[in-house]
Amino acid sequence: MAKYDKKMIGELIDGNLEFYQLKNMMSSHKDKERFEIYLSVLQDRVPWDDPILLPIGEHLYIVQKESGDRIVKCDCGHEFCDYKDNWKLHANIFVRDTEEKMNEVYPKLMSPDPEWQVLREYYCPGCASQLEVEAVTPWYPVLKDFDPDIDTFYNEWLQIPLPGKA
Amino acid sequence: MAKALDQVTQTKKPIGWDGKTLKQMRQEMTEISRETGHYAGLTSLPLKESDPIRFEKIFSKLRGGVVHARETAKKVAASPIVEQEGELCFSLYSPEADSIVTSTGIIIHVGTMGAAIKFMIENDYEENPGIADKDIFCNNDNHVGNVHTCDVHTLVPIFWEDEIVGWVGGVTHVIDTGAAAPGSMPMGPVQRYDDGYQVTCRKIGQNDTLSKDWLLESTRSVRAVKYWTLDEKTRVAGCHMIRDLVLDVIKEEGVDTYKQFIREIIEDGRRGFVNQVKTMLIPGKYRQVSFSDVQFKGLDLPKFAQTDTIMHSPSEITVHKDAKLEIDFEGASRWGWHPFNATPVSMTSGIWVMLSQTLVPNDRINDGAYYASKFGTPLGSWLNPDDIRSAHSNTWHALVAAWSPLWRGLSRAYYGRGYLEEVNAGNAHTSNWLMGGGIDQYGSLSALNSFETAACGVGASAVQDGISHTAALWNPEGDMGDMEIWELLEPLVYMGREILPGSGGAGKYRGGNGWQSLRLGWGAKEWTMFVAGAGVMATDCGLMGGYPASAGYRFTANHTNIKERIEKRLPLPLGGDTDPDHPQYEENMEAEVIYRDRQTCSTQEEFGDYDLIMNYLRGGPGFGDPIERKPKDVETDLNERYILPRYAEKVFGCVFTEENGVYAVDVKATEERRKQIRKERLKRSKPAKQWLKEEKQNILNKKASKQVQNMFAESFALSEKFTNEFKEFWNLPEDWMIYEEDLNMPKLGRHINRFKTGVK
Repeated sequence: MAKYDKKMIGELIDGNLEFYQLKNMMSSHKDKERFEIYLSVLQDRVPWDDPILLPIGEHLYIVQKESGDRIVKCDCGHEFCDYKDNWKLHANIFVRDTEEKMNEVYPKLMSPDPEWQVLREYYCPGCASQLEVEAVTPWYPVLKDFDPDIDTFYNEWLQIPLPGKA
Repeated sequence: MAKALDQVTQTKKPIGWDGKTLKQMRQEMTEISRETGHYAGLTSLPLKESDPIRFEKIFSKLRGGVVHARETAKKVAASPIVEQEGELCFSLYSPEADSIVTSTGIIIHVGTMGAAIKFMIENDYEENPGIADKDIFCNNDNHVGNVHTCDVHTLVPIFWEDEIVGWVGGVTHVIDTGAAAPGSMPMGPVQRYDDGYQVTCRKIGQNDTLSKDWLLESTRSVRAVKYWTLDEKTRVAGCHMIRDLVLDVIKEEGVDTYKQFIREIIEDGRRGFVNQVKTMLIPGKYRQVSFSDVQFKGLDLPKFAQTDTIMHSPSEITVHKDAKLEIDFEGASRWGWHPFNATPVSMTSGIWVMLSQTLVPNDRINDGAYYASKFGTPLGSWLNPDDIRSAHSNTWHALVAAWSPLWRGLSRAYYGRGYLEEVNAGNAHTSNWLMGGGIDQYGSLSALNSFETAACGVGASAVQDGISHTAALWNPEGDMGDMEIWELLEPLVYMGREILPGSGGAGKYRGGNGWQSLRLGWGAKEWTMFVAGAGVMATDCGLMGGYPASAGYRFTANHTNIKERIEKRLPLPLGGDTDPDHPQYEENMEAEVIYRDRQTCSTQEEFGDYDLIMNYLRGGPGFGDPIERKPKDVETDLNERYILPRYAEKVFGCVFTEENGVYAVDVKATEERRKQIRKERLKRSKPAKQWLKEEKQNILNKKASKQVQNMFAESFALSEKFTNEFKEFWNLPEDWMIYEEDLNMPKLGRHINRFKTGVK
């Protein structure tokens, strides 16, 4: 089974690996240690100390607060909400619901028709990173994309201690 | 005096194991597998554990032989769909129709052919018409569990002495099935009876010989006879090669070992799947949604089918603590009078096609994975119609849209675990389907279904761009095919093939781009054409900040002056329609009729020499925030024409210069521009909770297009859970509701309605 060091996982995160390296990664059995190495690379990069429990998207992490709370936090430091809540409801939103707004992203005939579908862009209120884009009909409830079972993942699947448990 | 049936029916000796009928074997297998949680009740694998090398040798022989049979048999075919694109597949089954090993190719049919064999078992085929050594059966009935009518199955039982030891199935995607319109996935069918020639698990041959009545009837029922005939020979040849292979293995290993092996390999597949789930995923719930547009208003169809509707595909993946995978489509909208309906088997089998490209990318794909999973396909929805009249000829329209978000869901787990190389933002809507038919350039009755669609753009990953013009979700071996081969088959000359800039979704990593072919009518005597694809809706989101791939549109020109322009050596419309905001084709021709619009589904129209039609193959969605894309990569995109220059600035925030067609991105100015974009984002956006109040008011005022309201009304009528979640999310008053009856939609076929029947 292939093993990768922190440097290589860092290069993976940065998108700097060559295709043959990615191909080898994809063709090999998965390295069980990846998660802990990955977490440690990410922890080194964020400007805050809250232990990362789980990365859930570009810039977004579920972190452990000293109080014992688990919250969704952006790498810029902005804290959204409890991880059971939907972070999108605590983000900024911009809805492309006209042809004109659609045309800023696609040529006219290549965009969705706003009578049928809109684009919802969710930004971090702290750093304005575009964190998710939903292509949904008007009225569609905001999707709660992911509800991870963190305890089962750590305790039963990986059998490793939860970081920074209060 | 007539005799009673039981006096004339001869009781045949059962063909199953240990004196059992196939039906008994099927029932016992289902029960013991359910009760024990292990396939065939195997809590251990004695053959594998005692002699693993022998076990693997048997597997390798069978797997290699099945793949070899596919590769050899496909050379029999003349249809480029089969011979060039590889739209065929073979699979080996247990007597009870559980898949053991399968070839490469369109492996969705591991499930659909299994469903056909199960249908025969359930309907006592063992008794009548009988199942005997050297019989040949055929099936393409959508309601038995096929994907769509053009996927034709050949099914052959395998006997060892007097006992059945299994089945082999082969499938090809044929060019035409004699439907209401030509081509294999036609626009025009809105009911089963329009879908074309449907064969319901029929015995078509005995003693390895196809029956004369079958040969006559089937070839008189379809348009492209030579391709139909050679496709059938392909399937029979492959099935017989695999039957010989199995008999050789039995001669070598003994029948008892073979019987034990086929049980253990499926249980091994089940265990392997559970292990993969635990290795790759994170327990929890993943939610996603997609939509497919049905733009049928005003089309040349029965009145009740002439409506604009939306196919709603919400999905929830649950990865249970014990690594069982569950996928539920609760909330899906109704089936309808269009050819885009699906059956539960096509939906679930298709999910395996997707999973075999990501979660279980190995050669141990068999029904073991099926036994480790659970699917929810609500009755009455588009993926489980409660009416045999539903049409299915173009099932892929919504199937692809429904599966792609699942890959996006799984990618959240890969991302969380750090397996970034596995992340995929989704897949292209694999369309347009360019189809038509009539009397071709050779004077024969024929049809076309361009499989250029097998090479759409792939979704972006978390570490690299999606690959452009390269693959389709339903066939991992996708290939656009050679232009020269398509021109041999089709009365259409190529005026160009070109990448469509910006058709892949923008992102830190952009989706693979789609592309366009421009075709000129030439040589047909009587010919019609039409288009079939997604138009007004993007069929997937992007992922983690990336944009969805672009939606579709069509370009067709009839009665052009191209002949005259050729004679005068004037410029012609060539290549792709690379910027539809600034169209070029029209500058180099005139035409009596030009369709340049989002109406991406059309019915047959006459198409003559010098008419033009564009085939636009879609791109894949993007990953991550576009303003985090490396400036150098944007520069490459500009220079290689993967994006349009104005979007390099608007979407990717890159400042650049251009000299003699060569672009250079100014890194410093780009940094500044991107800072500015962040400020603009905060200025133009609002807190989500504030926006929620405004959107709620739209709902209370019922302010949305009719098709959007109807989509929700359909889902509400089928699902109490979806209704409750919707109302709870928006905190709507108790009495707020939208009913289908209030929207003046056709009532035909709307059976299940929990507001009327109390169905929950």
